[in-house]
Amino acid sequence: MADWAVHRPLPHDSADLHVAGAAAYVDDLPEPPGVLHLAFGHAADGHATLLSLDLDAVRAAPGVVAVFTAADIPGENNVGPVVHDETLLAEGEILYPGQPLFLVAATSTRAARRAARLGKAAVEPRSALVTIADARAAGSEIQETQIMARGQADASLGTASHRLAGTLEMGGQEHFYLEGQAALAVPGEQGQLHILSSTQHPSEIQHLAAKLLERSHAEIVVEVRRMGGAFGGKETQAAAFALACALAAAKTGRPAKFRADRDDDMIATGKRHDFVVDYDVGFDGGGRIAAIRIELASRCGATADLSPAINDRAMFHADNCYYLPAVEIVSHRLKTHTVSNTAFRGFGGPQGMMAIERVMDAIAAQLGRDPLDVRRVNLYGPGRDVTPYHMQITDNVAPELIDELAERAGYAARRTEVEAFNAAHNVLKKGLALTPVKFGISFTTTHLNQAGALVLVYADGSIHLNHGGTEMGQGLHVKIAQVVADVFGVPIDTVKVSSTRTDKVPNTSATAASSGADLNGMAAKNAAETIRKRLDAFAATDPDSANWAFPELCRRAHLNRISLAATGYYATPDIHYDRAAHRGRPFLYFAYGAALSEVVIDTLTGEHKVLAVDILHDVGRSLNPAIDLGQIEGGFIQGMGWLTTEELVYDARGRLLTHAPSTYKIPTANDRPARMEIAIWESGRNAEPTIHRSKAVGEPPLMLAISVFSALTQAVAAAAPGKGLPKLDAPATPERILAALGELRARNG
Amino acid sequence: MIRFLLDGEIVEIDGADPTDTVLDYLRYTLRRTGTKEGCAEGDCGACTVLLGEVAGDGVEWRAVNACILFLPMLDGKALRTVESLGGTHPVQKELVERHGSQCGFCTPGFVMSLYGRCIGAAGTRGVPVGDVIAGNLCRCTGYGPILAAGEAVPATADPDDGTLAALRTLRPAYRHPASADELADLLLAHPETRIVAGATDVGLWVTKQHRDLGPIVFIGDIAELRQMGESPDALTLGAAVRYSEAREPLARLHPDLGELVRRIGGVQVRNAGTIGGNIANGSPIGDMPPALIALGAELTLRRGAERRTIPLEDFFLSYGKQDLAPGEFVESVRIPRPSPDMLVRVVKLSKRFDSDISSVCGAFALHIADGLVTQARIAFGGMAGVPARAPHCEAALTGKAWTQASVEAAAQALTHDYDPLDDLRGSAAYRRTVAANLLRRIWAEQGEPVSVLHG
Repeated sequence: MADWAVHRPLPHDSADLHVAGAAAYVDDLPEPPGVLHLAFGHAADGHATLLSLDLDAVRAAPGVVAVFTAADIPGENNVGPVVHDETLLAEGEILYPGQPLFLVAATSTRAARRAARLGKAAVEPRSALVTIADARAAGSEIQETQIMARGQADASLGTASHRLAGTLEMGGQEHFYLEGQAALAVPGEQGQLHILSSTQHPSEIQHLAAKLLERSHAEIVVEVRRMGGAFGGKETQAAAFALACALAAAKTGRPAKFRADRDDDMIATGKRHDFVVDYDVGFDGGGRIAAIRIELASRCGATADLSPAINDRAMFHADNCYYLPAVEIVSHRLKTHTVSNTAFRGFGGPQGMMAIERVMDAIAAQLGRDPLDVRRVNLYGPGRDVTPYHMQITDNVAPELIDELAERAGYAARRTEVEAFNAAHNVLKKGLALTPVKFGISFTTTHLNQAGALVLVYADGSIHLNHGGTEMGQGLHVKIAQVVADVFGVPIDTVKVSSTRTDKVPNTSATAASSGADLNGMAAKNAAETIRKRLDAFAATDPDSANWAFPELCRRAHLNRISLAATGYYATPDIHYDRAAHRGRPFLYFAYGAALSEVVIDTLTGEHKVLAVDILHDVGRSLNPAIDLGQIEGGFIQGMGWLTTEELVYDARGRLLTHAPSTYKIPTANDRPARMEIAIWESGRNAEPTIHRSKAVGEPPLMLAISVFSALTQAVAAAAPGKGLPKLDAPATPERILAALGELRARNG
Repeated sequence: MIRFLLDGEIVEIDGADPTDTVLDYLRYTLRRTGTKEGCAEGDCGACTVLLGEVAGDGVEWRAVNACILFLPMLDGKALRTVESLGGTHPVQKELVERHGSQCGFCTPGFVMSLYGRCIGAAGTRGVPVGDVIAGNLCRCTGYGPILAAGEAVPATADPDDGTLAALRTLRPAYRHPASADELADLLLAHPETRIVAGATDVGLWVTKQHRDLGPIVFIGDIAELRQMGESPDALTLGAAVRYSEAREPLARLHPDLGELVRRIGGVQVRNAGTIGGNIANGSPIGDMPPALIALGAELTLRRGAERRTIPLEDFFLSYGKQDLAPGEFVESVRIPRPSPDMLVRVVKLSKRFDSDISSVCGAFALHIADGLVTQARIAFGGMAGVPARAPHCEAALTGKAWTQASVEAAAQALTHDYDPLDDLRGSAAYRRTVAANLLRRIWAEQGEPVSVLHG
């Protein structure tokens, strides 16, 4: 057992299949005979009363087999995950442009999509609340405004020696998983249904489909082999497509498949929430915050979806790595007539963190100090270690990590070089910023922090592993196979991971909140250890057992009637949260990181380029450094896209105008900075007894990209020295950079 | 009937709808599902395949997007998909070893793009890996391991697997017009016929707009329309010359033209799309016309046996409307070679550098002699419904001393030339500001670096 599997940089378990084009996604599976292909008829316009649907032309179109409306749904017409406020097919009211109104089942995808365009909806248009400002003015909310506070922010603001206020707007983000939403439902015997779905949350689809069809959970099996990317976009939003298949299959008795067209997918599914942040901060001459009031407002869209939890997480991260002695965080969750925004890597955390990082830049600009100095004086530390939600920070490694990164990346010298460059150039200006990340790990809805696993050891010594987590590219399956291989002391390829199925592990949580390996890894370890103990006890009965290889041990155990199968279970310990008071310990621990980004802007066109990035990130003791590095780099680039090139543009009715890769621009290979130094923090260990002392890595690195936005802000500021902090909003498109420059130059002083 | 080669086997397709895509055929008829649909509009590269044709003594391969490639465009050609590689090509091995796949959905497209570069496919020779994969989107990896894998695989000669011999004997089976004359006759008889060259625009009318195109004719293989003529005076491009083929000759006219072509679509789009098609469709999102207009390009249109040659700018009448009579088609475009004393600048502004459509594209061709601007041709895209010249700006410069004051006056004059719109690519105010700044940048460039790409 020289080669332990954990902590090794093993390749993704499907890598060979990926490169060969042999990894099967939902739409790649052989189509069952008689399969129907589905398409939604979408609302063309926004908020309206739906008077009637004329679907005669749809029914008469070539290839159409059936057309369904809300009236055809036997049970509950709902895809809403928590609050049951979101229809599969509209009834009475159209809430947002792109909302599914009816469902077409046809003999081909093209026939279904063509026919879906022939539907006529008689509507009475109603006024639409589209923007955050619209909804705020109208008092339109998904949930009442939440307040998290510690100390007396208002009083302390009044007595602070320095004070400033400001606003920051940041746009949403489309997930742009490369595999669009897809599902296939196959009817079984006695009303059972097998649903293959590209989803992060098979159990939720099982439960929603059961309600839709008035069946029991046990009659519906949901299976996920792998997703072609998800990023939160398939946590709740996969449900509509899977339920459409369930409905069509149940009504026709034929298999039904839905693969969403990219444009339809982008129009009809939710995105990262856009936010408007207002802050009012009091601080001393050294830049240390005395008091702060942060007001967060987000566009939640037409239904609740996960917006309450997402906005909670924004509040939880409005401190980032900084101690806020007197703080009030106010969160408005606004209901608009736009597609319901949803989970996206970071889940509100990035928006909260953007707020406080802007505050750091604002204080630095006001005092004329190095922003890194301002960040440093505000870090959590001894005696300054309680969060706005009254949780004591006990694992604070941010100061150490920042120092190490600043040292290895040469922050001070590069800051001098950038200043020299800016002094010598008029058109091009550079900016440099180092920003840290502290991201809370655990679902903040406490009951979700549980997981199950099923481990089967066969008499030949091979091992089959199921757990509740889904594979979306993050390398979850290989990590958990590593954990199980180590329990038995067998080579990694002894352990086979198959698809995630609700009939193997029940009542699972979504694979989300970066928790996949933490929760399922522990559950799988627990299951494996149960079997390991039985094997050990059996081996102890025979003095020869030391000579048995693992297959021999298993063979003999079987002959001696030892059970070689076990389930495992894990529930995160020690966490609790009083939601009403916004107090408690919502997180088991924090993941940390820091990034230094250097950018250049063209002050005549607003174009920019990220020149160099240095990252140091804490993954605890990595389960798989190769997988973790991939998460760090990928997360960073995705975050960079959010803050730079990715712009969602809506019209006055809330129709999305950027609904395809031709108009919505995620980073390409050439946008990756030419110099990118990424390191896993060698000293990283989880202070909590997590799986092999590792830390979650899915979401935290995305927020490292805030350094890019900060650096861009510095570059704009350099174009008009002494005029303060530019009003740069995100995404920092050339247009926004140029606008920020224009506003800055026009200021007096 | 459509006849093509797939891994050495002749495949014949009978009775297909000519607007069926190669991607759907691969995935749902042949069940070769390694090739993925990511967007169905040629912007993500998940469906990248290689098309091969005989060129001289060998096979010229080119990466294209199968999602907007119509089946008849395969006729007489060889096709390779990710399955053709068998899973053990060096590109595939490097991607595994360097952890170049996460979710794996985009991976087959990257494999094909990098494999194309490895065997010297069109548009990849001497081209950095980053440019070769700029038409492939990955949302997971951040690209680092993919770039590294691409760098690690050396260029190798494509081992002759019999494709060349098979292609030489493969008889095309689809009824394409064999010559420009045949095309002219066909269009005269059936002026309603839709011309398809590379299908990078028309493909979307099918996959996205679900339009019935009616009768269509494929001109991508008509030899006369594929000719390029390069002389000391000018470059003439046949209507079916693809971007990737025109890039080097255009770059020889001026490096900015080469750079402009580099930033149009990805390699896959440039390997299918034609400059003639870009002009003929009057696409307001086409980036070549402003540059060509500034250089004084002329368009030759043909109807039956009649030809007429017009300045390119006169072809664009208004948004979506071109000076094209029924039965008439774009035959070629002639671009005069800029004289050595001419200052040429073409600048494309977009939210993303690669494979994006410009918010504003500015093109400047200035004759400056003895400190005096003797002639100025300036054209912009994104400032009006059509690519158009800037007469006030040109007049403000012409005959004036080449000074910062003249440049400033000319920048101000642009206000009278255009009344741009707000759209998803930029506001009118931004477009106005930045158009003027592009002129100012030409002045600034004399003293210091101005581009973030080369700064």
